[in-house]
This record gives sequence, C-alpha cells and structure tokens, in this order.
Amino acid sequence: MAHAIQPGADALVVDPKDDVATALRDLAAGESVQYRSGEALEHVTALAAIPFGHKIAIRDIASGQPVRKYGEIIGQTTEPVKAGEHVHVHNVEGIRGRGDQAGSAKETNTHAN
Amino acid sequence: MQTELLGYLRPDGDYGIRNHLLIIPTVICANQVCTRITQLVPDTVAIPHQHGCSQIGADKDRTFATLSGTGRNPNVGAVLIVSLGCEVVDPYALAEDIRRTGKRAEVIDIQEVGGSIKAIQRGGELAREMRAELNLLKPEPIPASKLRIGVKCGGSDATSGMASNPALGAASDMLIDQGGTVIISETTEIIGAEHVLAARCATPEVADQLYAFVARFEREVERMGADMRGGNPSPGNIAGGLTTIEEKSLGCISKCGTSPMMGAFEYAEAIPGTGLYFMDSPGNDIECVSGMAASGVHLVCFTTGRGTPTGAAVVPVIKITGNKAMYQRMTDNMDVDVSDILDGTTGVGLAGERIWQEIAAVASGKLTKAEILGHQEFSINRIGPSL
Repeated sequence: MAHAIQPGADALVVDPKDDVATALRDLAAGESVQYRSGEALEHVTALAAIPFGHKIAIRDIASGQPVRKYGEIIGQTTEPVKAGEHVHVHNVEGIRGRGDQAGSAKETNTHAN
Repeated sequence: MQTELLGYLRPDGDYGIRNHLLIIPTVICANQVCTRITQLVPDTVAIPHQHGCSQIGADKDRTFATLSGTGRNPNVGAVLIVSLGCEVVDPYALAEDIRRTGKRAEVIDIQEVGGSIKAIQRGGELAREMRAELNLLKPEPIPASKLRIGVKCGGSDATSGMASNPALGAASDMLIDQGGTVIISETTEIIGAEHVLAARCATPEVADQLYAFVARFEREVERMGADMRGGNPSPGNIAGGLTTIEEKSLGCISKCGTSPMMGAFEYAEAIPGTGLYFMDSPGNDIECVSGMAASGVHLVCFTTGRGTPTGAAVVPVIKITGNKAMYQRMTDNMDVDVSDILDGTTGVGLAGERIWQEIAAVASGKLTKAEILGHQEFSINRIGPSL
C-alpha cells in the first residue's frame, strides 16, 4: 500500500503488478491521463469517460484473462480490453461467489441471510 | 507510552466507556413495551428486534448469544429484560448469563404482570431506580491496553481501499502496539483476499478456521444459485467503482492493520484474548456491528465512501471517510475525514494518527455524530428458518 500519494496525478496504480489505475477525478474521453505508479508518472489516453474512483486499463488485456489491482486478482475480462478503456462490470466478472455457475444446489445451514 | 482513557469500572474488573441502562426484549412481541419504557425514563436504550420466537437449534442459540453479549458488554451498567412469557428465548437464563458479569439484571413478564400498560409501569419503576444507581458511578482513568475495538467498512467505494481502510489499519496497529484488541469481521468481504490474511495468522489452525468460515459462506451463495455481485458488491459499491467482491475484499482487509491474527471465532461469541482477531459475520452493516458489540468491543471504527448514518445501541460508532465530496455532503454523519491521503497532502501514517486521536477521545466520553443524532441500530444475524 502506498504510504504517501504525490499530488499532481489524475489516477493511481496501487501495485506495480496492476493492470488498472484508479481515477482520482472524473476523466473525460480522449484526454491524456497522467497516472502514478510508484515513483513514476506515466500517461494513457482515456477511451471513454471514467468517473472518480473507477478504473482505467493501463495496458491491453485479452479476453478471459485475470485483472490485477492491489497486486492481486480482482476478476477476469469477459471481452478484450484496450489500454485507456473503462474497466468495470461491463467487461470484468468476479471469479468468486458465483452461485450462478455452481452445479446442483446444496443444502447447508449457515448464514441464510 | 500508554494513552489514558476514561471509563467506568465494572464488578468483574472490566471497564466500559459508556454507562448505559439497556432494555432487552426477549422477543419481538415485547418491543413496544421496551420502547415505551425508554420514553418514560430518558437515558435508557432499548434493542427492539424481529426474533426470539419460532426459532430452534443453532439459530435460537445465536439470538440468545447476541442478546446476552449485548447485555454483558461493559458499556452497559445494568439490564432490564422484558419478556412476553411464552417465547423460546428464556428470559431468566438470559438474566443469569448477564449477571455472571456482576451487573444487575431484572426481568419483567408481560403475561404475568397483566398486559402492556402494567408492564410499562413496572418497567418504568425499575428503569428509574436502576438509572439512579448507575448515575452514582464516576468515570476513572483506564489504560488503552483495556480497549477493544471493531473495524468495519460499509457503503464502500474506491476511496475505501485506497485511503480510509489503510489509515484505519495504521490506527489499529497503534492500539495493538499499546496492548489493546482489534476485531475485523465480514466474512463475505474477505472472499478473494483470505490468502493475504491467512498468511498473517499466528498458527496454521487459525488460518484453517478462516478458510473454513469463507468456504461456509461461499456454499451459502452457491445454495442461492446467484452471482453475489449485485448483493455484494452492492449497487452503490458498483456505482462507486468497485467491480467484483474480490476487489472490494482486497480493499477491505487493510483496515485491520498488519498485526498477526491471533484467532477466529463465531458471530457474537466473546473475544477470546488480546491482539487482532477475526469474527465470522455477514458484511451487512447492522448485523455485523451488533455482533461485534455482543462480542465485547467498546467501540466500532466504520469507514465509508458512499456515506451512511448508522450507529449502534451500546457502542459508539466512529465514521471515517476518504471521499472528500461525500464528507462535505454528509458532514452530519462523518467524524473523521482522511481524504487528504488522496490529495497527496498527507500520508497513511499521519491519517492513522488522526483516527487514533479520535478513538482516544471517544473512548474518554466524546460523543460520535451517530450518538448525538440518536442512532441506535441493532439487528441479529439469522442462520435458520422461522418456524
């Protein structure tokens, strides 16, 4: 976890292994986005409007591939994603907690809330 | 150096940071009588709930444990139990369990005293007398090592994982460095991040227990046959930029700091020791905070990005945010702003120090925004069907 975020960046990469940066302000489609990754400041062109707090791809990711943030896998792509695209529920799905993909229903007796 | 707090010495040697008179309905049918008693005698708190009847087995036991734990919480000085008289939660066993702490616990039975009006009158008389006794207690200095806090996040957005949770983690480490206790919970919201916490467990048995809690929860999601996305992350989480439960979880876990995980225990059970612990619970805000209070925490630190007003019946809830726009919109409900982490104008450690100062103030009598506004939310986690 970054312990001091330098001012001046539009987006932040949490871990060097990450495929995405998180927008620190609303980003407009077509603008050049300056994102901080560790000590380095880098650029990517936003291909869509990306709201504050949402993710922008900083590299191309093929379909069906894991997506990393915090240096860990947060899900997988459901279609090819280009650098600069908005990365969210329309192109990334969770891998865990997928009762919709489970086999036959199981009977258990915990946490039925 | 030990931070000095201010609290009330209880008969069992524990300290409370509040001096509540708690009114417990053993069953939903007693809720209205309890609420009326709080209207007759100010400075009392009731915990109306939906349960206490038509329950069996582990589900009934969990309701009992939550009510008993809330009564045994050291922020509670005395307890008045209101029973209907025919429910499955035994009011006399509940009183006996609470009296093990040495505090006074009284029972009234609506069927026995002859209906609502007589129960309200008898309850009002007892509550007035018990409140007068509690008012004689004076707060005294207590060391921070006695303090137990819960760390919770709710209404999360992307700022939670990048600002408020890491800052709360730094404050959690400060309390544990002073010999205090922190519990983290929300089993749903470690899914996809459990391996990170497991690597910090003090023993392989603790890690196994953590994995077992997560597996039990995932089986429940499978049983429902649905993708948990939409329920958790919630629509608000998704609007705030969180895409999957894994992303949310990885942002969540930093709020408990970096200390070794000493143990993992079931919902509403008493915290087994000092240091960092995990309590099984759903991510649901009110069920989780109520379970933490029943386990014996003195207060809860609650991070939020979307903003939420909720408090708790017997423990102060400190609201912390890393979302500056929301802080400005919902100042009524927010206690600590750490959004300057994202501006780059402060570090996580300094923001953690700011949270620690607020914890010390609230643990010495300062009222949180939720307390001032009268938020006293309470709910009990269910694990079985109503009969």
